[in-house]
Amino acid sequence: MGNIVVAIKQVFDTEAVIAISGGKISDQGVKLVVNPFDEFAIEEALKIKEAGGADEVTIVSVGGEKAPEAIRTALAMGADKGIHVDISSLGVIDEFVAAEYLAKAIATVPYDLVLAGRIAIDDGSSQVAVRAAEVLGIPSVSSILKLDIAGSTATVSREIDGGTETIEIPIPALFTAQKGLNEPRLPSMMGIMKAKKKDLTVLTPADLGVDATAKSNVLEYSLPPARAAGKKLTGEAADTAAELAKLLREEAKVI
Amino acid sequence: MPNGIWVVIEQVKGEIRKVSLELVSKGKEFAAAKGEPLTAVILGKGIAGLADTVASYGADKVIIVEDDKLEDYTTGAYTSVLNKVIKAGDPNAVLLGNTAIGKDLAPRLAQRLGVGLASDVTGAEVDDANYLKFSRPVYAGKAYASVVLTDKPVLATVRPNTYAVAEPDASKKAEVSTETADIDAADIKAIVKEVIIAASSRPELVEANIIISGGRAMKGPENFKILEDCADVIGAAVGASRAAVDSGWIEQKFQVGQTGKVVSPTLYIACGISGAIQHLAGMGTSKVIVAINKDADANIFNVADYGIVGDLFDVVPLLTEEFKKMV
Repeated sequence: MGNIVVAIKQVFDTEAVIAISGGKISDQGVKLVVNPFDEFAIEEALKIKEAGGADEVTIVSVGGEKAPEAIRTALAMGADKGIHVDISSLGVIDEFVAAEYLAKAIATVPYDLVLAGRIAIDDGSSQVAVRAAEVLGIPSVSSILKLDIAGSTATVSREIDGGTETIEIPIPALFTAQKGLNEPRLPSMMGIMKAKKKDLTVLTPADLGVDATAKSNVLEYSLPPARAAGKKLTGEAADTAAELAKLLREEAKVI
Repeated sequence: MPNGIWVVIEQVKGEIRKVSLELVSKGKEFAAAKGEPLTAVILGKGIAGLADTVASYGADKVIIVEDDKLEDYTTGAYTSVLNKVIKAGDPNAVLLGNTAIGKDLAPRLAQRLGVGLASDVTGAEVDDANYLKFSRPVYAGKAYASVVLTDKPVLATVRPNTYAVAEPDASKKAEVSTETADIDAADIKAIVKEVIIAASSRPELVEANIIISGGRAMKGPENFKILEDCADVIGAAVGASRAAVDSGWIEQKFQVGQTGKVVSPTLYIACGISGAIQHLAGMGTSKVIVAINKDADANIFNVADYGIVGDLFDVVPLLTEEFKKMV
């Protein structure tokens, strides 16, 4: 097998407190990181390459002007080169449009396998990678926990509700990674130094010639209603347990 | 003549998922508001008998597609079939459950249909301009987006437990049609070799009405038995915080939070969970939240409807005994 492409997204750190400013989600003071689920995809690609199963790992990210930071992190982990589709000029794009750009960018390099995280923790829509597989005309399996490749066949275990299933599928194919697939490595100092010299290609929307318009519109963002603290019971365990059970049955009516 | 709202019914070995019945129930309300029919689409093998069931929950029409190749769910075959029946039937909206299958299938189907998709929807309302308007969590529920889709059919995956299941009425009948499964050869790529459903008498985490979760204060894997004993008395699922999962005390599939499952049960009981922002994002839409924690200042108490300041190892077994008296 030759090349593995890993699609990644730069997102807010999970610690981020979300604020809305001018109708948009504010990025003021927010730390940006590689989407945690994409780290599993990067790690899996690196493991395959290190085991002699691939020659090269290419990182592709469709994102704004800061996205190269996320790509450099992946390069520091050990990926070979990066492609940044710089969409800063486009404003807001939806999953349909993002998938078209991602697919076109992936298709600029030879690939036998495409990996991505199962969900991006920002918009949480779990769509773009799978949509890109459809654009590329390759099969996809989402939320994988195990990946083995023998010749031109991949065997994957995927999470299903209540269990797992094992699927055999020919490559090239796209898989999205679930937590549990592996333990992502941290970039080493040496890796960070090397990453600075690795090839990072920037593509503009014009370079890719995508003709797609958004199919969805966000009308507004809102914050969830704040939950108020309720009744706090203190005292002997037996008393509080009895009172809680009574409240759940008689007041909340949930038992 | 517009062809109303379709619900893609998810069935596993002939059993309909609860979320599908939630969508038939709510979809019927939307369809009635639009003066249009509600259609249930069922793919699988040996599933014709399910038509009466979905009719009893309100489906006006049922489309059955049976084929050996649809017995096990695969992305390709299901996308192929649904794409064709949707194009032929031309519905205004198609709703799926935001389950493992729904999440795998819907993006692929949306791209093939060339339409948008509202994922993991937690609220919807009829809308004159865009047929339906959706509310969906972003940043795992730290914020919500109000979303409309520009093209028909309007496609959405809806989070389990968002809507109630209607009372079934066995006298209700639907107009049933059977379609042939027309699967493109190019879409038959995956072979399901093995399906392992973990033997558990407890409900699936994302569908459970009650969840009892443990965090760092559980101290070790053996102590989850305390939660399991309680769960089995009240028919609950057992969950965990990231701290408990990353400590290796419980499998990752039980993790609730921003990097785990996002749940919305009627009752969520957090035991020894401090209430990190990532955890709150995963269970903040629960109807009633209970916190049991030794630390009176734990953040979880700020969102809990009921809290007990105490040691979970003392409180939970006593609570289990109290529940036993009630159920």
